[in-house]
Amino acid sequence: MARKKNRMSQEVNAGSMADIAFLLLIFFLVTTTIASDKGILNILPPKIDPNQPPPEIDKNERNIFTILINANDDLLVEGDYRETSDGLDQEVKEFVLNFAIPDEETLPLYNGLPASLKAVSRKDPESSDNPKEAVVSIKTNRGTSYEKYLEVFDMVKKGYFDIYAERVGLDTDEYRALTGKDDAEKALQDRGKEGIPMAISIAEPDKIGS
Amino acid sequence: MAKFGKKNKVSENIPTSALPDIIFMLLFFFMVTTVLRDQEILVEQKLPQATQLQKLQKKSLISYVFIGKPKNTALYGTEPRVQANDALLNTDDIVQWVNRERDALAEADRGLITISMKADRDVKMGPISDVQTELREADARRVLYASVGKLIQN
Repeated sequence: MARKKNRMSQEVNAGSMADIAFLLLIFFLVTTTIASDKGILNILPPKIDPNQPPPEIDKNERNIFTILINANDDLLVEGDYRETSDGLDQEVKEFVLNFAIPDEETLPLYNGLPASLKAVSRKDPESSDNPKEAVVSIKTNRGTSYEKYLEVFDMVKKGYFDIYAERVGLDTDEYRALTGKDDAEKALQDRGKEGIPMAISIAEPDKIGS
Repeated sequence: MAKFGKKNKVSENIPTSALPDIIFMLLFFFMVTTVLRDQEILVEQKLPQATQLQKLQKKSLISYVFIGKPKNTALYGTEPRVQANDALLNTDDIVQWVNRERDALAEADRGLITISMKADRDVKMGPISDVQTELREADARRVLYASVGKLIQN
């Protein structure tokens, strides 16, 4: 009799363990929201000092790539009307790497580019002088949808990231994944950016026609 | 015949002793990835899609601002509103809120505060630019437009 009891206590019944674990699992499955901290980074310009007159802009028209978006989400890119933002990344790339008038500072930059990027350069006198001077300007209306604005901003960023990635011989996705958390990544990141600042200007939206 | 019967008996019981371990493994995975929602979102949130997403290195530097149409339209109206930390803010209060968020950070990190702007895709640029003007005023100039990934169709 005693022997039988002993044998019974030796085996712990683990059959319901799976049920308990399942219950907890379902609870966590339902409550989980996988945090998404991804997005497009933008650095806003510093605030304007009211005591000082707004800075004079003495940039040549050819050095500014203007993108206007109206309240109907139509685009005006460098004076041309269009409905979608397709191909904008390629145009930004061509604009930045135009090198119409490379000075002594940017000429070595041009010579250091890989052949695939040199092929993009058209040396069009109507386009940007060199990457240091080139600015992409995005101007919206107060009635423009945020979605369209972000789509255009995204495309312009893609143009720049394509250049950076190609310079260091990476895929665009691989380049963007660099966080600069160790020295090797940071060096790679800096080498891509060197001499080609990401100059994206977000103009204050106008109120007319919204 | 006796042999046949014996074989049948063997295949009957599948060992299930490893089942709890497998389930526990799944459980731990979900427990680790879970972020329990600490604030109720009062505005609509359908994030826009983008391709050039970046991840930030330090999550502690991020403060969230939500912009969208209020869910409770009877109480807050249908115009897009700004939410931060559980409450709806007026545009004028953003500077104060940013300063409070910045004070909560370590002194060395205060210049690096990043505002993650979680704006609904149906919001117009008007409210967004108002918020950006306030952020410039508060000198919190790093803005992350929160968005979800888009599949690129070739």
